[in-house]
Amino acid sequence: MHLKAFALSALDSATNGGRRYHVWMGSLTLVMLVGAFAYYIQLRDGLAVTGMNDHVSWGLYISNFTFLVGMAAAAMMLVLPAYVLHDVDFSRAVLMAEAVAVAALVMVLSFVVVDIGNPLAAWHLVPGIGYLNWPRSLLAWDVIVLNGYLALNLIIPFYILYSRYTGRTPNKRRYLPWMYIAVMWAVSIHMVTAFLLAGLPARPFWNTALLGPRFLASAFTAGPAFVILLLWFIKRETDYDISEGAFSKLALITTVAAQVNLVMLISELFYKFYSPTHHGINARYLFFGLGEHRALVPWIWAAIALNLVATIALMIHPVRRNMRLLMPACAILFVAVWVEKGFGLVIPGFIPSPLGEIVEYTPTLVEIGVTAGVWALGFFVLTILVRVALPIEMGSVRSPHLGGEGAPVIRPRSTGGRFTERRPVRTR
Amino acid sequence: MSLDLRNTHAEDEGTVLQKRVDRRRALGILLGGAAVGAQALSACSPVAPVSDEEREAKLLQWQEYVKKNYRFMSDEERVDTIARLERLANIKHNVDVRIQATPAQPGVMFGYAFNISKCKGYRACVEACINENNLDRRAGTQYIRIFEMEGEEVNLDEADATFQHEVPAEGHFYMGTQCFQCADPPCVKVCPVGATWQEPDGITVIDYDWCIGCRYCMAACPYWARRFNWAAPEVPAAELNPNQHYLGNRARKKGVVEKCTFCIHRTRQGRLPACAEACPTGARVFGNLLDPNSEIRWVLEHKRIFRLKEDLKTEPRFWYFTD
Repeated sequence: MHLKAFALSALDSATNGGRRYHVWMGSLTLVMLVGAFAYYIQLRDGLAVTGMNDHVSWGLYISNFTFLVGMAAAAMMLVLPAYVLHDVDFSRAVLMAEAVAVAALVMVLSFVVVDIGNPLAAWHLVPGIGYLNWPRSLLAWDVIVLNGYLALNLIIPFYILYSRYTGRTPNKRRYLPWMYIAVMWAVSIHMVTAFLLAGLPARPFWNTALLGPRFLASAFTAGPAFVILLLWFIKRETDYDISEGAFSKLALITTVAAQVNLVMLISELFYKFYSPTHHGINARYLFFGLGEHRALVPWIWAAIALNLVATIALMIHPVRRNMRLLMPACAILFVAVWVEKGFGLVIPGFIPSPLGEIVEYTPTLVEIGVTAGVWALGFFVLTILVRVALPIEMGSVRSPHLGGEGAPVIRPRSTGGRFTERRPVRTR
Repeated sequence: MSLDLRNTHAEDEGTVLQKRVDRRRALGILLGGAAVGAQALSACSPVAPVSDEEREAKLLQWQEYVKKNYRFMSDEERVDTIARLERLANIKHNVDVRIQATPAQPGVMFGYAFNISKCKGYRACVEACINENNLDRRAGTQYIRIFEMEGEEVNLDEADATFQHEVPAEGHFYMGTQCFQCADPPCVKVCPVGATWQEPDGITVIDYDWCIGCRYCMAACPYWARRFNWAAPEVPAAELNPNQHYLGNRARKKGVVEKCTFCIHRTRQGRLPACAEACPTGARVFGNLLDPNSEIRWVLEHKRIFRLKEDLKTEPRFWYFTD
């Protein structure tokens, strides 16, 4: 009874909105359609329509994949203080962060699907009917941890929202154990993805013990930075109040992670360039170019410059506390990490090839179209999730089967007086 | 009669041509059967109703789609899939192919040695390989790479594999690479679906029908030995080598990985790989490492040998030596 009502009101929330909402969703749909058409071309003609080749065998898709795994993992960073340490300031941010995680995972899985050459054979991965090469293949590990993480991030928020919807207080004893698991799981998805690359001695550029920790640091930079932007937007556009405290804590996390990320970048650079060995040749290509081959050089230096600017800005207290400056700093950081950890990490692993040949990589329009389509899909999913979760979280949407308006409940201190939420008391 | 196997986009394996096939004969070709005459392209037989054949092809394709990983198939299942593949080649491309499933022979471990002093860069091996293994002509896929180097030092960073001039060039020497059939292959352990594995005779093979095309193995190979079918491969029917092996030179499809198999369809029947046979200078020595009287054993015991990137401990079964 409640479940059907929940689905209907979710559909209602997702499909109703103001003019700007519809324009936004319409634009995303348009980009998705372009992406779908590009993917159709790719399915028809093969991956030959991308810029990839036998030398650079992974490109834009896997670059976005590694970056977005980090985004998904970082969301759990916010869950930890909110649910486990009972930080009230954070609890309002958490559902949004989990929506980011789900959207990021949808993109992660989509990027894997568009990257594989024979997607119809994907069932070969399913144990039982297919064969999953676990535990030997790190990609098999990745399949498990990513899908598990998606399940956790769907089930936990659904339980919390559905409890609220049906007028019950979510039972901590039910969801907290899963929350603990999810937090550890978040670390695992990113470490496994880093190990996937770091475990290849054939590619010295990735074959470093620092890759896993670096992945975590950059994830906890870009992830919270994006959540800050999202929360700021929600606070501006809706009645959902997010306290200054939540912002300052998030900004602090972002700042510390950005600093750690820079330290790791410096150690990587020192290791590769102080005593240059043959294993540093890919890094040399990335940062300085090899002869006339220098396609990535402007990108990586731009990313580092943006990274530095944003990190330094965040380290200055008045800047970090000023919303007008915090937002651009977070946006810059997000873009910088996307470049540095996306194609700045994946593509130079292939150039030069293990036999020393240099073939450069430029994504094609089809590839960019598919990539844009997947990103639009991610934002589409994120928008719907936020749209559905917010009214329930705010108490304005409740199961019609509850009867009456319900009795008002006392909100946590941090809510402030901006609105009074009416939450029905559980009645039998 | 020359047939053009240019593919249409909708087809994974190439174009559908007019199908005029002797069905009974095509169905009769089975694993290792005495189908010697089947090499000829079958042409002039009673025309079967097209719709029947199409229906049959659809059924076969569906059975192919749901089949198991070759490694886990029973002998009967292997016979069945080979019959289906041969029949499909017949229906869809009007070619008769013989696909073997010859297993690894006991007491055999293949090894290769390459004489840097002898190689002159003619690339006869490359061409033989392309023809023998039905490599994609449109993409120009090559398993073998011949590197031209200046002076005396082996330095792949300074080498040129794309040279287009008369060989041997003054002051240069040549060195070929291909899949080294490592004893501890990094490409095998990374495959998420177990579509690639090492056979008992040391050859690392791929089940093209099980590969999902993730290309993780390509990233894992330190010797750049693996190739991907970025588009549907094309081989003109007139140039098609009908003598095939399920784990070797049979038709690949769009979106899967392939590699050198030391010509598994030849070497398991006691022949040399096409590259070794084609080499005009005698730079290529191939043989059974477990046979103490083999030429390769003599080379390994009497010559100064080295392998590429030995520090990676993949133990390639491919050695370089000089006179």
